[in-house]
Amino acid sequence: MRALVDWIDARYPLTKTWNEHLAEYYAPKNFNFWYYFGSLAVLVLVIQFVSGIFLTMFYKPDAQLAFSSVEYIMRDVEWGWFIRYMHTTGASAFFIVVYLHMFRALMYGSYKRPRELIWIIGVAIYLVLMAEAFAGYMLPWGQMSYWGAQVIVNLFNTIPVVGGDLVTWIRGDFLISDATLNRFFALHVVALPLVLVLLVFVHIVALHAVGSNNPDGVEIKKFTGSNGHPADGIPFHPYYTVKDLFGIGVFLILFFAVVFFAPEAGGYFIEKANFQMADPMVTPDLIHPVWYFGTFYTVLRAVPDPFLGVLLMFGAVLILFFMPWIDRNPIKSWRYRGTIHKFNIVFFGLTFVVLGYLGLKPVEPFYAELGLRLTAVYLLFFFVLWFHSKSRSSLFSWLSFLVLVSGYTYWDYLRLQAGVDQTLLVGMWFIPTVYLVICLLLPLYTQLNEEKPVPARVTS
Amino acid sequence: MKKIITLVFMMACAAPAAALAAGPAKPLDRANIDMTDTASLQRGAEYFFQYCIGCHSIQYKRYNRMGNDLGLSDDQLRERFIHTRDQGGDQTGVGELIKIAMKPGDAEEWFGQPAPDLSLTARLRGTDWIYTVLRSFYLDDSRPMGVNNAVFEAMSMPHILWELQGWQANVGEEGHVKLEKVAEGKLTTEEYDEVVRDITNFLAYAADPVKVERHELGKWVLLFLAFFTFVAYLLKKEYWRDVH
Repeated sequence: MRALVDWIDARYPLTKTWNEHLAEYYAPKNFNFWYYFGSLAVLVLVIQFVSGIFLTMFYKPDAQLAFSSVEYIMRDVEWGWFIRYMHTTGASAFFIVVYLHMFRALMYGSYKRPRELIWIIGVAIYLVLMAEAFAGYMLPWGQMSYWGAQVIVNLFNTIPVVGGDLVTWIRGDFLISDATLNRFFALHVVALPLVLVLLVFVHIVALHAVGSNNPDGVEIKKFTGSNGHPADGIPFHPYYTVKDLFGIGVFLILFFAVVFFAPEAGGYFIEKANFQMADPMVTPDLIHPVWYFGTFYTVLRAVPDPFLGVLLMFGAVLILFFMPWIDRNPIKSWRYRGTIHKFNIVFFGLTFVVLGYLGLKPVEPFYAELGLRLTAVYLLFFFVLWFHSKSRSSLFSWLSFLVLVSGYTYWDYLRLQAGVDQTLLVGMWFIPTVYLVICLLLPLYTQLNEEKPVPARVTS
Repeated sequence: MKKIITLVFMMACAAPAAALAAGPAKPLDRANIDMTDTASLQRGAEYFFQYCIGCHSIQYKRYNRMGNDLGLSDDQLRERFIHTRDQGGDQTGVGELIKIAMKPGDAEEWFGQPAPDLSLTARLRGTDWIYTVLRSFYLDDSRPMGVNNAVFEAMSMPHILWELQGWQANVGEEGHVKLEKVAEGKLTTEEYDEVVRDITNFLAYAADPVKVERHELGKWVLLFLAFFTFVAYLLKKEYWRDVH
């Protein structure tokens, strides 16, 4: 055995790679619950690859055959239902895990120096994942596959001058058709997975170069023990491999509970309308994207002008790239930031969830108004994050507050002229306004945004 | 005009919720089916192949898969369930998909549109919907088939099960639905409800044939994973003793 390893080591850095990334990769010893989701995301990626490869063996990317080939997989292929439910559940699980993974980065400032590149690569992974999920959702060729794709592809129609030609180019036809299905299949099974896997690889290489952050947001590399390794670090293998094994166990219990007992997950993971084959002649009365796109769909619909809505929607995603330069506060972990900062992060998480829920709802006045106000909060969050980069003077605080509030209040005034329901408008006006009072003005008059001293070493 | 009617009708198909909201809607009754009840599934299959198969296919399902799942032999399938012939004129084989002989063009001529395939209806609209629709036909002279449906306004399906149920009329005030029996059928109301429940059960099975097996298997999978997670937890504790 030793001889074999030596033989390989002389020709390929096997032991070196093993040591650098597992046996001698020192991770902080104080990882908590939130640190499971990175390894779980890799697990889901593997599940999607394996189940996806099997699905490709039986699926037919043809508008005439696609829907029935999926039913063939579900009924006639041995264990076909199991493979397909793993893939559908895996798609949603991927986003749940990734959202929690990203929220962890917000809480502990994992995007800050020196991990800016890890974060940027991560956002790129998220973007590719969205494209991958979107392309994959079209493949079963059900009603929602078809009309969801129709709506999203038509977004490009709003781009001035080139929009119409661009949409035709994307579809490869004048409507969503067999040609579109074929190219989305190519993107879903070859192009995007390839990019995804490469980005994940780069993400991990970058992480292992600078080392992991931790719930205290302190750099463990600053204190080395007698063995030359970080004093607060422990080798990833075996400590975190066994810990992640436990996390994987818990995750799989939840995952397979869905696969076996509720694969449709109440119509969220597999939508009811998708049990009917795509029909270009019949528009479903409510077209909405799958739950994980809900947030951005609400942002899109919040603005009456379609092109502005599209810009805002892409802006809401792309702004994430700039996180390391928006939040300039030197303290990483929210543990040592003020209460108001914690509130800001938690409220942003809630806003994201509620926006997602609203994305699946029909446009009714109440939902539309709430969606608009929470879209404002979503965007203001990034301003507040920047605002809290250092302590601000009362003049600057009041000025920021008044400029922002009068900005959207003026727009509300215009909307009132246009005849929007007054009670609803005034009532919901308080959502962003109270949010801004808490985040911009409260630090002036209370101790709630007092920062705590950051310890030199991890606390537990 | 026919095209428009068809289009409107198909829109109603795609949006049961909208159809419910639009007409004088009747709330759905609970189907209370039991997919582990093989006898009920067998009866449901018998009724289906007696009354429904003329117009409605279950085109994603195979005869012998149904036979295996419901405990019917190939001979029983040939005798009682396979009513169609293949191109050579022989009886359709037991390994074939459950299709119908009626041509879509004919169906459109006779009913305004071809009857939908019922492979996935139970998952698309729910079992309560099927159960309630089949019990909600009422006499309506304004409709081409002489019947309307309290759940599915302007449904183009005739009341196929009339000889079992008899006829109902809508005695509710304008915009409200209240169905009352005006002519007796062969069965009492309770017996008819049982028949419809069996058919619903069969369609639920047809839409998701692996469901019962899936639940049975799932228990063991989760049990194993719980054990695995417990061992992983002990392993983690053991390894981490020297960290804390």
